[in-house]
Amino acid sequence: MVSPPLVYALLLLAFPLGAIVLFSFWTQNFMDVDTTFTLNNYREIIEKPIYFALLQRSLFVSGTVTFVTVLLAFPVAYFVSFHVRPDRKSLWLFLITIPFWTSYLIRVFLWKVILGYNGVVNTGLLNIGLIDEPLTFILYNVNAVIITLAHAFAPFAILPIFVALEKIDRSLLEASQDLGESKFTTFFRVTLPLSMPGLVAAVLIVFIPTIGDYVTPELMGGAGGKLIANMIQTQFLALNNAPLGAALAIVAMLCVTAISLLFVFLNRRYLRGRS
Amino acid sequence: MSLRIYAIAYLIFLYAPIILLPIFAFNDATIIAFPLSGFTTEWFGELMTTKALHGAVQNSIFIAVITASLSTILGICAARAGAMYNFPLKRGILGLVMLPLVLPEIIVAVSLLIVVVQILDLGLSNWTVIAAHVLICTPFCIAILNGAFQNLDPSMEEAAMDLGESRWSAFRLVTFPLVMPGIISSFLIAFTISLDEFIIAFFLTGANPTMPVYIWGLLRFPSSLPIVMALGTILVALSIILLTIAEILRRRGMARVGVKDKGGFL
Repeated sequence: MVSPPLVYALLLLAFPLGAIVLFSFWTQNFMDVDTTFTLNNYREIIEKPIYFALLQRSLFVSGTVTFVTVLLAFPVAYFVSFHVRPDRKSLWLFLITIPFWTSYLIRVFLWKVILGYNGVVNTGLLNIGLIDEPLTFILYNVNAVIITLAHAFAPFAILPIFVALEKIDRSLLEASQDLGESKFTTFFRVTLPLSMPGLVAAVLIVFIPTIGDYVTPELMGGAGGKLIANMIQTQFLALNNAPLGAALAIVAMLCVTAISLLFVFLNRRYLRGRS
Repeated sequence: MSLRIYAIAYLIFLYAPIILLPIFAFNDATIIAFPLSGFTTEWFGELMTTKALHGAVQNSIFIAVITASLSTILGICAARAGAMYNFPLKRGILGLVMLPLVLPEIIVAVSLLIVVVQILDLGLSNWTVIAAHVLICTPFCIAILNGAFQNLDPSMEEAAMDLGESRWSAFRLVTFPLVMPGIISSFLIAFTISLDEFIIAFFLTGANPTMPVYIWGLLRFPSSLPIVMALGTILVALSIILLTIAEILRRRGMARVGVKDKGGFL
């Protein structure tokens, strides 16, 4: 019964992922690909500072987006789980997920309209009189990329945290307060540690995919806000250097995976240290 | 109370871009900025006369229908196997099938591009987009269908077989009607994802662009932006209708097999 999806995943996921690893050790020779094994692509990535700079910026953006998204999402998930009537929870979750499914490209573009020189934020602030001239630090740079990505990945962060919060036995919270903890300390000593699996899932499900987004940096980032995914896209499509693009994709994935594993490891140690 | 205010403010943040769409779609100016100048339906009229757009929409619908059908079938297989049987390496196999959920889309796109163009030496077409879309939609389908297949009592199917039905007809007559709402819900979600997907389609699309790829081209021309707003308004309205139907059916399906609804399907 499981074989059709398994075969499909092997053929169209495992095999292509293997192919991309193989390709990264080959080189592009004008129109065709030279299939002798070489580390030249990786050498080029290490030697040219542009790749390192892009990778560093990408990891910084993904990290910041993850931090901001999860931080902003946690109170929402907490609110829906603890303060919304059980029969209304589905409605709240539905409302939270709707924007996520609709017109990704146009949504990103509209952030340009919101954050732009004549945008909603600037005209609004000008009209209230809070600022005298339009703010320029919110479009065509890394900040704009971070805001837009934090918006796009919000539901991805809320849902796993919500699921983890739902699983918490409410009597544990009462027990904690009966034993003399305040509401505040109960949250930090009981609720937060117990919601950790959801928090970790949220971090991973935001951090890993954001590294692969090239639409947001392309539209929002301006010249100084391009990320590694833009470079991968350029290598594959405009420069027709698939092997170097493949090597870049693998380096990016390895960095993201390493950071994710480190995070999970540190989290385990933190939880073990508490018990 | 302050938490409720925060949650509502957060919802407004989530909906901010979508609320702007219809405002600019009906605005009588070619520049997408405030202040608004007047009301017009001109941009919607222009949508009707743009031939290239119609081709792209047809393409996207074709891709989305096939993707939704295939990924729902694969989803049924995986969800049924996951819920009813135990087999070696179960966690690993289901993990591999669910992997595209966390894999950056650009990785899926470039790895399939390499296989199709460089290794198999085939051209790009709608079918290459479909192949990739099925891959990324299947995990969502499985997540939805898990809700429908969980707690489905295997003894009901066994009873049907004891009463003389074959394995297939037992599934068709007993299980299938119970999970039907989940299946339609999964189909609609996969359809919506495929219709809207850009990152992968941009790499794998052939000579005929899909709708998001076509929109991407339009975004470069300031004069065509109002048309994009009009198109976006229609798309958002359509997605909300489809998603609402999907959500209603998902809940109905869970109620039918007696699972308590825990909220979202992820």
